[in-house]
Amino acid sequence: MDELLKLLSENSKFTIEELSMILDEPQDYLEKQIKEYEDKGVIKGYQAIVDWEKISGSKVTAMIEIKVTPEKDTGFDEIASKIMSFEEVESLYLMAGTYDFAVYVTGKTMQDVAMFVSRRLSTIESVLSTSTHFLLKKYKESGIDFYEDDSKEDKRSLVL
Amino acid sequence: MVDYESILNSRIKQVKPSGIRRFFDIANEMDHVISLSIGEPDFKTPWHVREEGIKSLEKGKTWYSPNRGFANLRREITNYYKRRFNVEYNPDSEVLVTVGGSEGIDVCIRCLAQQGDEVLIPQPCFVCYEPITQMTGATPVIIQTKEENDFRLTAQELEEHITPRTKLLILPYPNNPTGAVMRRSDLEEIAQVVKRHNLFVLSDEIYGELTYGAERHVSFAEIEGMKERTVVINGFSKAYAMTGWRLGYALGPAPVLEQMTKLHQFAIMSAPTTAQYAAIEALKNGDSDIENMKKQYDMRRRLVVGSFQKMGLSCFEPNGAFYCFPCIKSTGLSSEEFCLGLINSKHVAVVPGNAFGECGEGYIRVSYSYSLDHLGEALNRIEEYLNEIKG
Repeated sequence: MDELLKLLSENSKFTIEELSMILDEPQDYLEKQIKEYEDKGVIKGYQAIVDWEKISGSKVTAMIEIKVTPEKDTGFDEIASKIMSFEEVESLYLMAGTYDFAVYVTGKTMQDVAMFVSRRLSTIESVLSTSTHFLLKKYKESGIDFYEDDSKEDKRSLVL
Repeated sequence: MVDYESILNSRIKQVKPSGIRRFFDIANEMDHVISLSIGEPDFKTPWHVREEGIKSLEKGKTWYSPNRGFANLRREITNYYKRRFNVEYNPDSEVLVTVGGSEGIDVCIRCLAQQGDEVLIPQPCFVCYEPITQMTGATPVIIQTKEENDFRLTAQELEEHITPRTKLLILPYPNNPTGAVMRRSDLEEIAQVVKRHNLFVLSDEIYGELTYGAERHVSFAEIEGMKERTVVINGFSKAYAMTGWRLGYALGPAPVLEQMTKLHQFAIMSAPTTAQYAAIEALKNGDSDIENMKKQYDMRRRLVVGSFQKMGLSCFEPNGAFYCFPCIKSTGLSSEEFCLGLINSKHVAVVPGNAFGECGEGYIRVSYSYSLDHLGEALNRIEEYLNEIKG
């Protein structure tokens, strides 16, 4: 895998100077490379990975499985574009297996999410059925450990 | 009342405890310290290696191994030295599996050095050679290597320290704490002096897998005529991230290994069995793990060395191990003052260079066996500290 992308996907806050040292490449080359990735849409954006549970008034997240009838000409894409247009939808994936779409939805309360599913998603014409799973606890996301126990502590001893 | 002073072995009592104990006590007691002081891999032992250890336990393979170590492990070790370093050893008579490289160093020095002998120790270096030599009754003779020579031992420095009593030369490369390596041409020059003065050599190659750049580590035993006068010490701790398994080995001429095996047998019987099963897997299928870890270390090395240079601290480029050894003389502080100031004001721990010998004064040892994020944070704080003491 491209080392530059790997580093940025792990920590997008590395400065160009740091990246230049780590990868042993000139700064202007790396700047050009990053710009190119951004222009081509390889790098889609930079965002903080937030543990919302630590913020008061935290949000509720659900994963909703949706079964649909694909449309004649456009298959799944047209349906997907309808679903993803709702701002409550955080992520949307087409899946292989027993259902078609996996939709990640956030809302203020469980009631919010439930209402969104019944009013917005279920009513889309091609949708056959939905199944809502509420997220209880987040252990890991985007490669980041959210689970706080002592396993992350550096247990190495200072031996000399 | 027992008079312990009169009971205790005077040779052991004479060995000085580490002079920088005070610093470590402070570092160990302080909370939320960002450490760059640890001298072992931050990686976990590769899973397939751990799995072989686990399997051996599940099958109840919990007995002693033969004194020298399992025959198939010794065979894998000799295959490895042939494959990687082009030196051939007989697995039956020229290999001893030890409890870490440390035990190999101990039994080797004890088998060779005795009262009246001199043992040459290039410093800065790992801390054990001098006290072990003292405990044998032999005299440690320190050779101070210099930054201007990239902390390599030169043939001239070696020659200058040889007397009729010199018996053993310790060659600790790739070096902890400096990160220095010896190239083939350097070793060839040393070999000529070794031959001329009929010396024996302990080549501590525990960091042999961790060199950076196109040139890889050259084993001293590969240099013409040196295999017969060298004991090579190596192990699994650094190359395969297996420090806690406590497994190493010694390779050398059969008559020396025979005596070392005797000491090993009476002192500790045999190396840990579970670790030996894991180590066989490491040698058979661990080459790609080493490459992956090395790639990570190399990225960290460039970040750390580049950052120190940017801060204006002179730092020669280390090509081995996972340490760099920047010079802090420009701050006007001693190594210990610098390190105490850094830990007190910024909660960053690095090791004073004089922990590795007097000539390490004016330097600090910085381990880059940490994640890039951790290193970045620590380096920022060191930069703040430097600005404050300058300001």
